[in-house]
Amino acid sequence: MLRWIVWRDLMLAWRRRTDMLSTVFFFVIVVSLFPLGIGPETQLLRTIAPGVVWVAALLASMLSLGRLFANDYHDGTLEQLLLTPQPLVLVVLGKTLAHWIVAEVPLVLIAPLVGVQFDLSSQTLWVLFASLLLGTPVLSLIGSVGAALTLGLRGGGVLISILVLPLYIPALIFGSGAVAASIMGMSAAPHLSLLGAFAIVSLLFSPWATAAALRISLE
Amino acid sequence: MNLYKYASPTMFYPLAGKMIPWFSTAAAILFTTGLFVGFFIAPSDFQQGEAYRIIFIHVPAAWMGMFLYVLMAIYAGIGWAFNARLASMMASSLAITGAMFTAISLVTGAFWGKPTWGTWWVWDARMTSTLILMFLYIGFISLQAAIDDPRKADRAGAVLALVGVINVPIIYFSVNWWNTLHQGATIRILQKPTIRGSMLAALLIMLAACWLYSVAVVLMRLRCIILEREQNAARFAEVGV
Repeated sequence: MLRWIVWRDLMLAWRRRTDMLSTVFFFVIVVSLFPLGIGPETQLLRTIAPGVVWVAALLASMLSLGRLFANDYHDGTLEQLLLTPQPLVLVVLGKTLAHWIVAEVPLVLIAPLVGVQFDLSSQTLWVLFASLLLGTPVLSLIGSVGAALTLGLRGGGVLISILVLPLYIPALIFGSGAVAASIMGMSAAPHLSLLGAFAIVSLLFSPWATAAALRISLE
Repeated sequence: MNLYKYASPTMFYPLAGKMIPWFSTAAAILFTTGLFVGFFIAPSDFQQGEAYRIIFIHVPAAWMGMFLYVLMAIYAGIGWAFNARLASMMASSLAITGAMFTAISLVTGAFWGKPTWGTWWVWDARMTSTLILMFLYIGFISLQAAIDDPRKADRAGAVLALVGVINVPIIYFSVNWWNTLHQGATIRILQKPTIRGSMLAALLIMLAACWLYSVAVVLMRLRCIILEREQNAARFAEVGV
């Protein structure tokens, strides 16, 4: 069931490749705007790099979260999925996993490349990659709660940012903290461990919250 | 006497009406006493002079802001789990008072920060987490405002409030840690001067006043919400039909 949902969502995403690409381009463009706004001084850029890349990742995930349930909701598939005998949590988990693969993994892969723009060392680029790899599942998981709550609402796109962004703060702090620690020549491990812990906690709680929110939105 | 009958909004409506004057009178008396003790009896602080007196509104407001968020989540959870309309209405009416107290604590904090620290805002851990609490209130209120069906709004709000309540301690610790990591030495809000008896008394009186005020205002708003949602039934109950 889980595999089937993931496979189906991946196929759908593959047939609309531009959606996926536009999120990646958004991420790259936002990150590239900062040096233009702040100035090309290398030392300064290196200091702001962790925060800039992470905030851009949060914003990029806002763009894709709206689509997490919306298409299935509009063509009625979601209602059918709710009626299946399988637990709804499994459906939610599958769709969240697919969202992570489609919308977040490309960001994780491209992040080291944009990191080069900020003159980060290769060691730090690895930490950036690892922090995003651990942290982006959190974005998909917590974001899915917001996506389910705002399903079919007026102005859902803006509303979801207001609901979800404050809840992302721990991921932002630990994720960019790991990169900043690596830039300063310290070990990134404590930050990464805490980020991993936060990811596990959100994996435990948020699918249930999303399932409950979907039931409420679709009643 | 069967207390459970007051779980029905129509039965609670007249009871709330009777309770409001008591709570608002008590709040007014305590506000006056608290401000009097705070401004005229409590001695001035030897470090901060008179500026510290904003503590008497700042600290109770900050406490109420945090306390009301948890209370709101509890009521929203009860309303969702037991399908109790009154509890959900209570959560909606608590949200606005809680957001107001959080805003007051932020603004008074800025007013206090300017003369004592020389700046309106510092990214101190406590201030940052209060700011985030404000964001959470805004999220709850705007989600409920966006949903037209009131029962659906209640339940969606409950999910958000419960997710928020789980997240609040995590946010609090992460912010705490973030600050110590970036700044080395944090500015303590108060150097914990052995607080004088009259200062403490004023603080506690003001806290009680804010608490009673919250009860009165929340009940008033609750009556409005009941009227809005169950107009006819509430009016009948008031006349005692």
